[in-house]
Parts: sequence; structure tokens; C-alpha cells
Amino acid sequence: MKKEAITSLVARRSFLRRIGAAAACAGAVATTGALGVAKKVAAKSKAASSGGSFPTPDYDWSKRRWAFGVDATKCIGCLRCVEACKTENGVPLDASHFRTWVERYVYLEGERNARIDSQSDPRNIAATGSGKEYRFDNRYKDAKVEKAFFVPKLCNQCEHPPCVQVCPTGATYRTKDGVVLIDHKYCIGCQYCVQACPYGARYFIHEKGVTDKCNWCYHRITRGMQPACVEVCPVNARIFGDRNDPASPISQFIRNNRVQVLRPETGNAPNCFYVGIDKEVS
Amino acid sequence: MEGLFAHVAPYVGYVYPNETDIPWTVLIVVYPYLTGLVAGAFTVSSLYQVFGMQRFKPVAHFALLTSLCLMLFVPMPLLLHLGHPERAFNSVITPHVTSAFAVFGYAAGFYVVLLMLENWFVFRPHIVQQAQQASGPLGWFYRVLSLGSYDLSDKAMQYDRKWIFALAVIGIPAAHGLHGYVGFVFGSLKSREWWSSDLMPAIFLFSAVISGTALLIVLYVLSCKLRKIPVDLACVKGLAYTLWGFFLFTLVLEGVEFTSLVYRGREGIDIILQYVTGPLLVPFFILQFGIGSLVPLALLTFMIWRGTTGRALIAGVTASAVLVLLAVLMMRYNVVIGGQEISKTGKGLLTYHPLLFHREGLVAAAAVLVAPLLFLLVMVRLFPPWAEAPAVSAPPSRHAGAPI
Repeated sequence: MKKEAITSLVARRSFLRRIGAAAACAGAVATTGALGVAKKVAAKSKAASSGGSFPTPDYDWSKRRWAFGVDATKCIGCLRCVEACKTENGVPLDASHFRTWVERYVYLEGERNARIDSQSDPRNIAATGSGKEYRFDNRYKDAKVEKAFFVPKLCNQCEHPPCVQVCPTGATYRTKDGVVLIDHKYCIGCQYCVQACPYGARYFIHEKGVTDKCNWCYHRITRGMQPACVEVCPVNARIFGDRNDPASPISQFIRNNRVQVLRPETGNAPNCFYVGIDKEVS
Repeated sequence: MEGLFAHVAPYVGYVYPNETDIPWTVLIVVYPYLTGLVAGAFTVSSLYQVFGMQRFKPVAHFALLTSLCLMLFVPMPLLLHLGHPERAFNSVITPHVTSAFAVFGYAAGFYVVLLMLENWFVFRPHIVQQAQQASGPLGWFYRVLSLGSYDLSDKAMQYDRKWIFALAVIGIPAAHGLHGYVGFVFGSLKSREWWSSDLMPAIFLFSAVISGTALLIVLYVLSCKLRKIPVDLACVKGLAYTLWGFFLFTLVLEGVEFTSLVYRGREGIDIILQYVTGPLLVPFFILQFGIGSLVPLALLTFMIWRGTTGRALIAGVTASAVLVLLAVLMMRYNVVIGGQEISKTGKGLLTYHPLLFHREGLVAAAAVLVAPLLFLLVMVRLFPPWAEAPAVSAPPSRHAGAPI
């Protein structure tokens, strides 16, 4: 009996020692990895993706640097961009899911702050009562308006996207050409990215259990077409193109205007450039 | 038209259209609450196992078992929340190292293993005894659990104690790291002024310790009543001291965080002030700070000052503990839900209405909170954690300090 007990004690000891050795090895690996990880976790890390292959033939994503321009002085708030986007990208037809939206800023006489609404405001939704068509209602027709303008919004495809930084699986990533994409087959639907985006560009598709957002119509731009919202804009308020090409509309837009980005203090470095926005726009 | 507003939370002012669908529900309130209770309960057990505080002996093993039972349920709220729970392991298989969430699988996994090991060592004498005595399925259960080791000699016990000590020492940074990281999940986001704070991990950590201690007080007193045995006054007093001390730290940290948020007065502070003095008045100032914090703090201070003892001490400390549990739950709610009710635009406020019967509804959240306690009820029968039970009871002699 005693001998048996000692044998079992010895066996247990050796087992535990082995566990200890394994833990020590893991610790050593972790320490060496820590230095590399520290560099990677900084918000200023490089694009998560790499490699030159792409499913669209004849498209090389290392040759492009896409960017978007918004000339708010031209926007008339017709909302054709919003309608086109919903149709083109199969965005849920309701009041809480938008890849792009338009904000209306109205300063009334004697008021210090702008009154702001977007097409998803209940009164504006009621103007058509449909999830396919959107209108701004005419609520200011009898008011004394001092200043008013529209601001189209969409995903900024940031240089340092906080949504990519926080994704636990890497389902959302930044491509070589500068667009932030989401792999719907890998997304676990935690919505951490929705929280991290300061611009409110991301949303959750309840039916699919994954998050989604504007990707500048990646399926179109990689085939030489314009994003749907750019194509339908009747006043050229939306400008799109390749910054690697100096003659592209976006390169000219950035060159010929003094452009701004939204929330530069976040360090996200957006790739949507704005002209004609006011201090209250963020 | 109704369908168009299916996911739209009511709001005032201007909020981004996509924000009206509130991402994190009441389940994400439960998640940090549970991890906090785990860390807190583990801290109490460590006060005995590592720091040799004898007065915590009556609850030391119970605390460890409580910690394990709670920890096993920590992933539940997250899994219920995920759009694709079946893909949850993606974050472990291909972790995206820049994400605070990617650490969760590893941190939680490591901690569960650690808790299981420590519990196994602590309850080994009981397991061995039952394995030799019990028959039928229960006997099998203990025999499998004994892992073939029936040695209870002094030498083996001493060896076990070494392991318990080592695991408890590793467990302290593991438990606190796990919970500090939960605070980081919120504090590291720059998109919300209400969350973005360097103090968030520390606040989460200290409130975790007080919530775990408070839960132990309530459960211990309740268990004594159920077992019809007298409550160990020294133990309750020790827990009260622990609660009181960590409570002061928590309140100072929360106060500093809120004060500097208001004092810095960055963009969006107007809407935050409108929020805390409006919709948050009751949950924040009355429930969390008033009834949940100031009342128990005053009560505990009074009892410590007056040297209250006997039934009055037990009643007072238990009442304080219940209030602290409420305060910490409200703190989690006010952080998680509050952060989302303040619009990222800094120009609007949303209102979150939890659903009742839904995968992420109130009933589900309550079930996730109650389940570990029911599990604990079963576990205390299988592994009696009370001091008189034949468990490894003395901490390593070289670390045993005088009763404090």
C-alpha cells in the first residue's frame, strides 16, 4: 500500500513537472512575441491584408489608391445617392441601416446652433413612407433660414481604421488599395467595430448576424466603374477616383481645393475629403 | 411604415442614422458583472491562500468554488450576444492581435484551467475520500475526478499545498488582469467620450473586487442560515473591512474619472451633462452613488467606528453587501448602456429599451446571472467547501501570518 502511494506520488510529481515545463515554454514564446505584438497593436499599424491576388481578373490592388471627395456646396439633398446605394448593395430597407446618408444643417435666424436631421428622421421617412425612396420634408418652408446646407456622409475608409483595429477575428481588414472590407463568412457579429467607428458608418444586419458598411462599391470600382452614389449624383457633389493617377477627378479635387477630413483629432486619417462643411459638422 | 422603424431606438437631438440600432444590449452589462464577481471572489480566497489571513478560512474554499462556478458562465452572455456564436472560436484560431476582444478566449481559457486545477487540489482530500466510499455513479464520478491519485499522506498534502499556493499566486494577476482587460475593452475606444478613459480598467478592477466580496458576504451568511450554523463574526468583519477598503478606492477612482471628464470639458460635454442630469439621474446619482454607494459606505463606516458586533454586524454588513451588488450592477449598466445612449455626434441622446423575451432580453440576462448560482448550489453538495469538511485547510505554514 505504501509503495503504491509513493509510486502514485512520483507519477503525479512528474506529470506536474511536465505541465510546469510546458507553461515555462509558453511563457518564453509569449515574451518574444510580446515585442512584435506591441508594434502591431499600435493604432498606426500597417494594412492588415497583404498579397497581390484578387478574385476580379486583371485587377491589381497594389496599383490603386482610392479616395473619395464630397463637395458639400453642390449637394442639393435629393437623396438619389441614398436610394441608389440601398438598391445596389442590398442594404436593409429601413430607417436604421445606411451605407451612406445625407445630413441637413439649418441655421434659423436668431439661433446659435444648427438644427440637424438626416433622411432617417421620422418626419422625413414619413414624407415617402417607404424604405426605397427618401425625401427631406419641407419643415422649414415658413421659417426664416439664415444658412443651410447638406452634407453627404459615408465610410471614410480610414488610413488607420479603428474598426479594423478592434475586430477580434480579422474579418474586417484594409485592402492594399485603401478600402476597408468585411468578410461576412468570418465575421462573428460581436459589433465591436460598430462601437469603434466614431462616424457611425457601421451597422448590424440582424437577419445575417454580421456587420456591414459602405465599401465604396468595391465590386464596381474594381471593374472600372464608379460607386453607385457617385454615378447617380446629378450635381457632381460626390467625386471618386485613384490618387495614384494625377489626372483623376479625385486628385484634381484634392489639388484644387482646400479639403478637410472629419474628426482629424482621432488619428484615423480618413480618406474622404470634404469641401464646404461648417464647424458643426463632425 | 412600422417595419421601417423596427430597430430604431427613440432619440432626441441629432444622432447618426445607424446609431439608432443600439449594438450592445443588457447581456453586455452582465458580462463584465460576472467577470467582476469572479475576480472579486478569487481575491478573497487569495487573502487566505496567499496572504495567510486566517479569518477568511471559513469562506476561502467557498470563494474559490464560487469563482469557478461564475467563471464557467462568463462566456454565456457573449455567446448569446454574437450574431454567429458558432464562429466564436474564430477569435481563438485566428486572433487579430490588435483587438482587445481577441485576448478573451486565451485569458478566459487560461483562467478556467487555473481555477479548475486549484479547486482540484483544494478538494482532493474530499474527492479521494468519496472515491473510496461512495458507490454507484457518484462513486464513479469521484473516482474519475481523483485522476487515479489516492495518496493523502502528509507528504502528499504538503505537496498539494505548494501547488495551491503557487496557483493562487499566479491567479491574482490572472484574475485581475482578466478584469482589468474588460475595462480596457471600453476605455480604449476613442469613439465615445463616456468610455474613453485611462482609468476605466482600474475602475472596473476595484469595483470587481467589491462586488465579489459583497457576493461572498451574502452567500456566506445565507449558507450559514441554511445550514443552521452560527455565522463566523471574525470572518464577516474581515470581509466588511475588505469591502470598506476597496470601496473607498473604487469611489475615489470613479469620482476622479467623472470629475476630470467634466473638468476637461471637451467636445460633447454639454450632451453628457444633459444626459447625467436627465435620463441618468436615477440610475447614476440615486441608484449607483446614493443608495448603492453612499448608504453602504456610511453604514460600514459607522459599524467599524462603533465596533458593532453580533447580529447587528451581520445584518448591517449583509445589507451593505446587497447594496454594493446593486451599485456595481448599476455601474456596469451605466457604463455599457450609458455610453451607447450618448450619441457619437455629441448632439443627441438615445434611449435603450431592453426587450423582455428575446435572445438578448432581460429574461435571458437574468437567467445568465442566476445560472451560476444554481450551479454553485449543486457544486457545494459535491465539493463541501466549509472549513469543517475534510479539505486541505491550512495555508502553507511558512506563509501563515497571525490572525489579523
